[in-house]
Amino acid sequence: MGKMKDDVVLQVDDLSIVYHTIRGDVKATNNVSFELRKGEAMALIGESGSGKTTISLSLIRKLPKNAEVTQGQVLYQRENGEVQDILQLSNRQLREFRWQDCAMVFQGAQNAFNPVLKVSKQFEDTARAHGWSDKKAVRQRSLELLKLVRLDPERVYDAYPHELSGGMKQRTLLALSVLLSPQIVILDEPTTALDILTQRAIIDVLNDMQEKLNFSIIFISHDLSLAAEMADVVATVYAGEIIEIGPVNDMFYESLHPYTFGLLAAVPKLDHEQDVLTSIKGTPPNLINPPSGCKFHPRCRFVLDRCNVDVPALTEDLGSHLAACWNKEAVVEARKEQV
Amino acid sequence: MSEPIMQLESIYRSFKKDRTDIPVLQDVNFAVNNLEFLCLVGESGCGKTTTGKILAGLLPPSSGKIYFEGQDITTLRGSARNHYRRSVQIIHQDPYASLNPTHTIYEMLSFPLFHHKFVRGKHQARERVWELLELVDLTPVEDVIDKYPYQLSGGQRQRVSIARALTTNPSVIVADESVSMVDVSIRIGLLQMMMNLRDELDVTIVFITHDLALAKYFAWEGRIGVMYLGRLVEIGKTQELIATPRHPYTKVLLSAIPEPDPEKTRAKRHIQLRSEDIPRLTELPDGCTFHPRCPWYVEGVCDVDVPRLGIPANDSNNTVEVACIPVQRGEELRLYES
Repeated sequence: MGKMKDDVVLQVDDLSIVYHTIRGDVKATNNVSFELRKGEAMALIGESGSGKTTISLSLIRKLPKNAEVTQGQVLYQRENGEVQDILQLSNRQLREFRWQDCAMVFQGAQNAFNPVLKVSKQFEDTARAHGWSDKKAVRQRSLELLKLVRLDPERVYDAYPHELSGGMKQRTLLALSVLLSPQIVILDEPTTALDILTQRAIIDVLNDMQEKLNFSIIFISHDLSLAAEMADVVATVYAGEIIEIGPVNDMFYESLHPYTFGLLAAVPKLDHEQDVLTSIKGTPPNLINPPSGCKFHPRCRFVLDRCNVDVPALTEDLGSHLAACWNKEAVVEARKEQV
Repeated sequence: MSEPIMQLESIYRSFKKDRTDIPVLQDVNFAVNNLEFLCLVGESGCGKTTTGKILAGLLPPSSGKIYFEGQDITTLRGSARNHYRRSVQIIHQDPYASLNPTHTIYEMLSFPLFHHKFVRGKHQARERVWELLELVDLTPVEDVIDKYPYQLSGGQRQRVSIARALTTNPSVIVADESVSMVDVSIRIGLLQMMMNLRDELDVTIVFITHDLALAKYFAWEGRIGVMYLGRLVEIGKTQELIATPRHPYTKVLLSAIPEPDPEKTRAKRHIQLRSEDIPRLTELPDGCTFHPRCPWYVEGVCDVDVPRLGIPANDSNNTVEVACIPVQRGEELRLYES
């Protein structure tokens, strides 16, 4: 088992995942590597079909049946320093790992509750499944957490899910996700499908929770603004690969990959000036027959001759900011011209 | 500014569910000026889609009047009515649901051409469909024209949807969340193409969205109308509305939206609502429907009188209309303390 740095909770090495379908093998994740530090919030941004959900599902081994992990490892470091490869866990170990070490809040969380059970029952069930059956203690902890997510604890704890609004359910679920004090919480599109003002409440609550409970977050989003607001580290996912990763400010102000750069140039802003926006030409590639070389080359405005032949690797330029591109200089130049 | 091409006058619309009336639109008044960029924004359930459908004539209002080119559409009969129906078209949100999967693109676009007798014979129809596809940048056309919707990407489908709305030479197009289902990297291209249509074809586009930043981009030279719980609460010139929002709801909304700029979005000050719960449409509060959440609530005024759209007393430019009594009186807003 590989060694891990002390402050890293999760380390993904060279992960590749294929979906076997009738039309052929979909290469949904390719040689993905990254580290998640303690207390850090990491955003995976990308468009639909880019493979960001596949990456996150593999972290808790919840991939659909037709998926196969073809290579790589997902190392998890416990608080006592013990390291495990999640891909090698037995079923029993996996049941413990899920929720106790790593919880996941899925997209459309409003539907995650059983409509015929009270919220309290669902908190108790979760606790009992992990060997915690002291109802009083569970209740006390739950009420604390519900308060942390700015809900009326007593009322919500004794309510049925249908008595809560969408935003309240989302917050209740966030409270439930940290019930067993996991080290990692994975959030799949945590604010999509919520109203703007509810979104704001969720973001504020998440920031609060993370500050108080100090867990690590991986969140998946297509919303760049959410990443700008919440993430410490941002990774751009394109065609099943992480093509750029770095601290949030580097990614937004000094992006090195043409795709990240292009995405940022396509997002309207709310300041008081007129936006000058350009979209990226073409459409995301088909992952059964992806383009050769750099998968972004058919859409790239900075394409070079070698781009359709050689696959660029994620390489370090400035500290922890990595980008997989042969022509980063052109992106840097283009940004200078913008200003 | 030019003449209004369409006008809504005290539109009410309610839907029946389990024998209770749900008021989805209440007292909506606004005009769509010829060739302007108008954008309706609001959160889910605010009635923006219903408003769009009423504009397009897909849904009759429960009460109120709709004028097209100065004429009440309910009085239109025969060819005058056909003219209205042809002139106002709608583009739906979901291009996966709005295109018939069993028809090719050519069939889909030629059908309205034949129906309204814009073309005679297949040769002419094909020529016109070709033109339309070029207009929406679905090129090379020969790769698209005989395909079925499932063979196209989401962005391409939405372009077909737009081309279909253009078949009848409309003067108004209602675009309901037309780019929300499309990926970020290609969204702006689609929007820019729609904006160009105004100049190329003289069509007025009413754009409906929940995304204020997108609304700002689209309607930079035009107007934005903000809706909340079935009412229009503020409408005015975009640049003005974004720079100095007047209605408390617009203020809160603008302060709440995250921005794609880490330093700016983290430094942003968020206005706290008094309550985060959105009232149900079946149990709307008295007075201003925003008052239970409004940070600047004035007791005895906001919970009693229903505000109507009007120009604020201290606004000499007449650029914005606001439905908020304290704002209209020109009072300085003071945070409510209970």
